[in-house]
Amino acid sequence: MHYLEFEKPLAEIEGKASELRAMAAANKEMDVSAEAAALDKKSADMLRDLYKDLSPWRKCLVARHPDRPHCKDYIEALFTEYTPLAGDRNFADDHAVMGGLARLDDRPVMVIGQEKGFDTKTRIERNFGMARPEGYRKAIRLMELADRFNIPVVTLVDTPGAYPGKGAEERGQSEAIARATQKCLQIGVPLVSVIIGEGGSGGAVAFATANRLAMLEHSVYSVISPEGCASILWKDAEKMREAAESLRLTAQDLRKLGVIDRIIDEPLGGAQRDRAAAIEAVGRTLSAMLKELDGKDRAGLIAHRRQKFLDMGSTGLAA
Amino acid sequence: MNWISNFVRPKINSLFSRREVPENLWSKCDDCGTMLFHRELSENLNVCTSCGHHMALPPRERFAALFDGGIFTEIKVPRPLADPLHFRDQKKYPDRMRAAQKATNEAEAMLAAEGEMGGTPIVAAAQDFRFMGGSMGMYVGNAIIAAAERAVKLGRPLILFSAAGGARMQEGILSLMQMPRSTVAVEMLKEAGLPYIVVLTHPTTGGVTASYAMLGDVQIAEPNALICFAGPRVIEQTIREKLPEGFQRAEYLLDHGMLDRVTHRLELRDELITITRMLMNQPPAVRGTLPAPDPAALAEAAVTPVAADAAVAPDQGESRGGKAAPDARTPEKGKKDEAGAKPAKSAGSGK
Ligand SMILES: [Zn+2]
Repeated sequence: MHYLEFEKPLAEIEGKASELRAMAAANKEMDVSAEAAALDKKSADMLRDLYKDLSPWRKCLVARHPDRPHCKDYIEALFTEYTPLAGDRNFADDHAVMGGLARLDDRPVMVIGQEKGFDTKTRIERNFGMARPEGYRKAIRLMELADRFNIPVVTLVDTPGAYPGKGAEERGQSEAIARATQKCLQIGVPLVSVIIGEGGSGGAVAFATANRLAMLEHSVYSVISPEGCASILWKDAEKMREAAESLRLTAQDLRKLGVIDRIIDEPLGGAQRDRAAAIEAVGRTLSAMLKELDGKDRAGLIAHRRQKFLDMGSTGLAA
Repeated sequence: MNWISNFVRPKINSLFSRREVPENLWSKCDDCGTMLFHRELSENLNVCTSCGHHMALPPRERFAALFDGGIFTEIKVPRPLADPLHFRDQKKYPDRMRAAQKATNEAEAMLAAEGEMGGTPIVAAAQDFRFMGGSMGMYVGNAIIAAAERAVKLGRPLILFSAAGGARMQEGILSLMQMPRSTVAVEMLKEAGLPYIVVLTHPTTGGVTASYAMLGDVQIAEPNALICFAGPRVIEQTIREKLPEGFQRAEYLLDHGMLDRVTHRLELRDELITITRMLMNQPPAVRGTLPAPDPAALAEAAVTPVAADAAVAPDQGESRGGKAAPDARTPEKGKKDEAGAKPAKSAGSGK
């Protein structure tokens, strides 16, 4: 279990409880059950308190938690017959972007998402979930394929942002992102999306320009990272707490602003504490969102998406 | 205190300054450092007369030079909420806004207008880098949508001049949402079969580049303009190596296949006229300041676009490549240079 900085007191109590239990396991005469139970209660209370009202900055940390379920976990658990489709037919296959045909509730869908990796090796392979132009172009290709065969598109968003690299710029990072967003708006099939961790700027928009967009309770979606914003507006990257506050990047604020349609509750203590429950909740939401779009024809789906974005922002936080 | 210094001197100064300041004002070229005579610089559309460096050109000045006789009608842009997130950094957003409005005398970071350019009806939108770095917020999105809607209604091409550091951070997620919103505007034009031409000016970066500024049917950039998604500093920090000379500049992008053309500001207007008229299937523009064209050539030119098979037209475009307009179909051969020298006055009359 990886503890975040603000969870350190919790780590101490949970550590003590498991130490106690280990000692008791080694020494049959010892009865620690009452003591351990007291510690358990204490840690449970603390966990509830910590997560009851997470600050925006803490939400950023939870959203980036390394043990949080990632795109790959959701695909493996929720979809059947997942058949990865690779490459942009032009330059490379970007491993930061997963995608392919799969079934959700037996229904064929095209699932596309950003994958960050779970250890050093896979993180490097996946480039920490930061796609290059070929990743966006792969997504475009898969969306086109889905569109031609009338298959709904499901996207899972989890990226710090598009990769800021030399080659990525040379190969047209901005054009690739712009075209992916444009493709999201053009397809005549349902497009539903969930932000499962970090929705980092344009790199997220290129996947999340959807008919229905949900966010996990402790995920974030922002125009810029709080650290980046702090260093520009406060000239001090350490002001990330203030920046996170101002940016309104939490699921709760974004729901108020009308930018997202749903919030998916996470297990107590965040998705990383009960991965299976979090994955299941996302699955239920995906099915529900697709169901809501059943019966809309191609033109209706495109018009709905357009109107949604044209209307967006007109009401501010009052929405 | 004496009467001379307190009263007469200021009076004299103000008498002088009213007339003399515009004449005497010198500005320094950002690039070569040459002191440039203000009026000369502005007549040269803020292109350094010494080194050719393209300095920022505010939308109103750009439109004055772009539209025939400097005449254009502003397109009304719906005002968004003033401070949708109640954003607070070291300054309040409304205070930053007021300061920018005062400094620029503009309402926001984009100006949209309709009018004629070389007798060609167009809609144009231009971003104002002086206004909070041209940053894209709700207003800029609204301006692009308003311009596109107007273009669709009038059946005109949209020419957009981009200049921005990126998103308006003070509008947080709502600035990010201008990426899809502005893309909806591009879709409207596409659906209506109308040309959307983007002129990227220095600098065009971030979310602006990653949306409407990269979705033009024709992509033109001004020389040496910085055009990127991630800025060079961010990239250097990420990859920990020096970037090559000219990286992310207009010419570099042209070399990497990301642009159609890099065009000097003084040649831009003529080029835009040429391109839009061809895309709109209109006859070549006739320049009123030039001798009357040969009637035979004109007749041929007027007939050509109608007679031309749609399947043939793209080929003609391809084969001409970068070499631009003047050919048998343009009666005023060689006028390009002349017009280029005084773009503000060139290409006057209707077709
Ligand atoms: Zn100069």
